Amino acid sequence: MSNMIASLYNIRLLDELAEKRTIIHNIHPLVKVFTTCVYLIVTVSFDKYELSGLLPLVFYPVIVIALADIPIVPLLKRMLVVAPFIIGIGLFNPLFDHSPMVVLPWMQISGGWISFFSILMKGVLTILAALVLIATTGMTRIAAALGMMRVPGVFILQLLLTYRYISVLIEEVGRTVRAYSLRSRGEKGIRFSDWGSLTGQLLIRTLERAQRIYHSMCCRGFAGDYNAGSEKRIQIGDILYFAGWGLYFVVVRYFNIPAALGSLITGVGR
Amino acid sequence: MSHHIIQAGNLKYTYPDGRQALNGVTFQIVHGESVGIVGANGAGKSTLLMHLVGVLFPDEGEISVGEVPVIKKTLPVIRQSVGMVFQDPDDQLFMTTVYDDVAFGPRNYKLPGEEVEKRVKNALETVGILHLMDRPPYKLSGGEKRAAAIATVLAMKPDILVMDEPSSALDPKSRRRLITLLQRFAHTKIIATHDLDMVLELCERTIILNDGKIVTDGPTLEILTNEELMEKCGLEMPLGLQGCPVCGAKKAT
Repeated sequence: MSNMIASLYNIRLLDELAEKRTIIHNIHPLVKVFTTCVYLIVTVSFDKYELSGLLPLVFYPVIVIALADIPIVPLLKRMLVVAPFIIGIGLFNPLFDHSPMVVLPWMQISGGWISFFSILMKGVLTILAALVLIATTGMTRIAAALGMMRVPGVFILQLLLTYRYISVLIEEVGRTVRAYSLRSRGEKGIRFSDWGSLTGQLLIRTLERAQRIYHSMCCRGFAGDYNAGSEKRIQIGDILYFAGWGLYFVVVRYFNIPAALGSLITGVGR
Repeated sequence: MSHHIIQAGNLKYTYPDGRQALNGVTFQIVHGESVGIVGANGAGKSTLLMHLVGVLFPDEGEISVGEVPVIKKTLPVIRQSVGMVFQDPDDQLFMTTVYDDVAFGPRNYKLPGEEVEKRVKNALETVGILHLMDRPPYKLSGGEKRAAAIATVLAMKPDILVMDEPSSALDPKSRRRLITLLQRFAHTKIIATHDLDMVLELCERTIILNDGKIVTDGPTLEILTNEELMEKCGLEMPLGLQGCPVCGAKKAT
């Protein structure tokens, strides 16, 4: 239970990281959102049997994480939460697709395994890119960027309030679970018979809390439009950042750099 | 709204579960007054405050702020004039930094960027937490959170400050700081609280609510020293006016 309560405090880590002032944090949020979008599109556009071509895309999150001074371990921990879903999607590929793709003298690797690792890699890279975007920009500035992209206000609001209520809900869960564990004589977890009333209580309490927050927003002039404040203008550096990464992604997409490097070194391609 | 008179006439409100929270509340508060609203738990204090900012609307009766009736259509004007500090500062602080939280209101009123910044810094300076502006609100102490919550309201430049239990969950020093801070404000103040000693220091007028009705409305000192009346309303005299706990000597009033 203490783990669960401790994780409450971790949930805000991404928000805290977003308040840093590094070269990456200072880049205009709109530019970062666009760069991430291009990265995501390029990553998922690779063929399902393509693995080596994806490798150079690892540099984007790695370089951004290094420049933005973001600790890697918390990010990887968050990725573990999504890992079962990615594995679930690709799990059956090795079972159904037995056609040999890579034939080495001592073993054969089937197309199923290649596509499984390709899905895994794409999953890891896209989620990492999204996490890096949040950790270097923050949800409110991402919302501001979406506003500049003329995304309808209602969607932006939905995104922000959902994000906000995750922590409201978790705080309530934390309190309820703590109170329960103190009176449950050292039992592990929550007894099945208590699940119903506990979830019901949680729902009511969270709704009440959410309503109080909403009232306090209304009392300060909130009328459905979320104003994240004015962003600074896009600078030449921002454009160069986007252009640089954009060019890199396009090159990676159309030229298999690892294969080219390999053939250059081994001389096979000549 | 040149004269910020608050008028409530025969306010009645029943919650959806059938509990009648207000049962014919009538009062008038004039510009610059400091009014304490006291009463036992469930007396209707918070419900009354919710009516002042249009979070709840009366089933019967009417309420107006500066001659503008509190109805759905007038809420933007009313809420610019009446600033409400909620009981739990965590309900009021929902952004990622203190600065953004304080700027939330002015930004909603579409003020220019420089004006927003000026207001935010002024508000934070007034409550003495300018140095905390880049901190996430959930990392502040109870007293700092309360100060931040007050700053979020001050940045709206309200004429009337409405506060629900402002001194609850504060340590003695933070409570003292809050009282000193509120003493400096020239706003019309309406404070619902159980902290009768604070009422004694801050409010020249007190309204006692009991079962959704006003039992008495008058000068604070006169009301809070009326032992019989306080007892009847489920209250007791402010600690500062009670006898010495060591020697039992009655304090002179």
